[in-house]
Amino acid sequence: MAYSTKVIEHYENPQNVGTLDKEDPNVGTGLVGAPACGDVMRLQLKISDEGVIQDAKFKTFGCGSAIASSSLVTEWVKGKSLEDAQQITNKEIAKELSLPPVKIHCSVLAEDAIKAAIKDFQEKRAKRLGEKPAPAPSATVSTP
Amino acid sequence: MKLPIFMDYHSTTPMDPRVLEAMKPYFTDDFGNAASRNHAFGWKAEAAVEKARKQVAALIGASDKELVFTSGATESNNLAIKGVVEFYKDKGDHIVTMSTEHKAVLDTCKRLERQRLDRLDELKLQRLMELTGRDVAAEELATLEIKHELEKDEVLKRWIDKTRVGARVTYLAPKKDGLVDLDQLRAAITDKTILVSIMFANNEIGVVQPLAEIGKICREKGVLFHTDAVQGIGKIPFDVEAVKADLVSLTAHKMYGPKGVGALYVRRKPRVRLGAQIDGGGHERGMRSGTLNVAGIVGFGAAAEIAKSELATEASRVAALRDRLWAGLSKNLDLLTVNGSVEHRLPGNLNVSFAYVEGEAMMMAIKDVAVSSGSACTSASLEPSYVLRALGVDEDMAHSSIRFGLGRFTTQEEVDYVIDLVTRAVKKLRDMSPLYEMAKEGVDLKSIAWTAH
Repeated sequence: MAYSTKVIEHYENPQNVGTLDKEDPNVGTGLVGAPACGDVMRLQLKISDEGVIQDAKFKTFGCGSAIASSSLVTEWVKGKSLEDAQQITNKEIAKELSLPPVKIHCSVLAEDAIKAAIKDFQEKRAKRLGEKPAPAPSATVSTP
Repeated sequence: MKLPIFMDYHSTTPMDPRVLEAMKPYFTDDFGNAASRNHAFGWKAEAAVEKARKQVAALIGASDKELVFTSGATESNNLAIKGVVEFYKDKGDHIVTMSTEHKAVLDTCKRLERQRLDRLDELKLQRLMELTGRDVAAEELATLEIKHELEKDEVLKRWIDKTRVGARVTYLAPKKDGLVDLDQLRAAITDKTILVSIMFANNEIGVVQPLAEIGKICREKGVLFHTDAVQGIGKIPFDVEAVKADLVSLTAHKMYGPKGVGALYVRRKPRVRLGAQIDGGGHERGMRSGTLNVAGIVGFGAAAEIAKSELATEASRVAALRDRLWAGLSKNLDLLTVNGSVEHRLPGNLNVSFAYVEGEAMMMAIKDVAVSSGSACTSASLEPSYVLRALGVDEDMAHSSIRFGLGRFTTQEEVDYVIDLVTRAVKKLRDMSPLYEMAKEGVDLKSIAWTAH
């Protein structure tokens, strides 16, 4: 299978590989996928009290497209608000990397990783703020 | 040293230049049809084919009269299995094979199973129409079958026995090392078994089956023994008498010959009969019609002669290179597993799982080296290698497997280059692998509730 230039670029020079302290209250960790499926993605986001993503790191077990998808989203989410980061869809990732149909699941995994990392951060925050779930800082809550 | 490096000798092999030289005249000057009996062009082609037949026969300890030339091993496997099922249908309809066979054997068996079931359904419908005196739709079969107790119906039983089509198949699971369990094999053979089909050496893990023991069991039980021998022949010694094989599939391109030519060995004493699968001019004693691929067959013969004379030295040279590759990798890297028996293995095969590194990412990192992976990412299906799974290798380790295939033209310089490249790639990918980090921290990866996708 031939890879797109962008996949090869990210694969050969992956951005933001690494680990953030998962005990840090400002760090959200998303671990998605399964070893048995051949893809596991771990995305970590460092989020300011104002709800802006300051740093992102990833580690991925998976094929070149999975690694490229992870690398790409770490670049995309940096500097974004949580609300904006949550708007990133797998379609955008797949389009940017020109992923073929058999590799679409890699982009789905990357989208899931963002959502899982944000959820982890929010749960941690809720715990810290007195055991009750709080909405995301920038999300609007509608009461029925 | 030239890049890229070819380390995928199980998929195919480059043609030996000596083979090409032998073939050349038969494309242009000596282009005759080997079946033309009335002129010099035909005689020359026929003589060349018969010489090649002797050369190939000599490599496997057979008589030249026992070889049928085909288009390759896929055709040979089809002819052997379908041909036996067709010819011996009065004797029985059961085949025993292994779950780790090549797809050319497995898919042939699957088709035969389906044909048998389709035929059975047809007969049942016919019988039900007789019993009910009306038209019966296929959807009613399940309920009416029980209502009319077809299981005990003597008429239907007679019909089935008289018009047997297709086959029943037992797929034996290998032991953990990839080898067949001989007790299981013995137990699987019934009075309806007509054929045992077990490969010589496996294309993924290079494991060599105990053919002599299998052949002995088949003789004792009076069933035919077919072996798909493409990966082993020309690499390690093979003799049809020593293993008591009745049918053997061969191909030229796995032993430094051309693609598109193969052969099926069909034993004459005691005589094995086959139903032909390709009809036409009655070539190859009626077992395989079609104008012979003279140049290809000449190349096959030349490749066989070279393999026979150089086998011993080549096998030890290639095995030494393979051992050097393994020694280098296992010295530089931890958490490596060899898949399949180390002892009963082709000299040029090394199948390794690099824990916590995904196979396709690995192939991308070593793109100057041509290898294969059992990772699902390299195949159209989403399942990792069925061979490794059959051995009981965990799915994640199957995804992490790489098959190195070494051969006649592999050099020590190439092996050393590959050791270095793979070492760097694995280290880089492990630094990037969350699983490696977690394992190093002592997290039991099996204890995590993963979200399958």
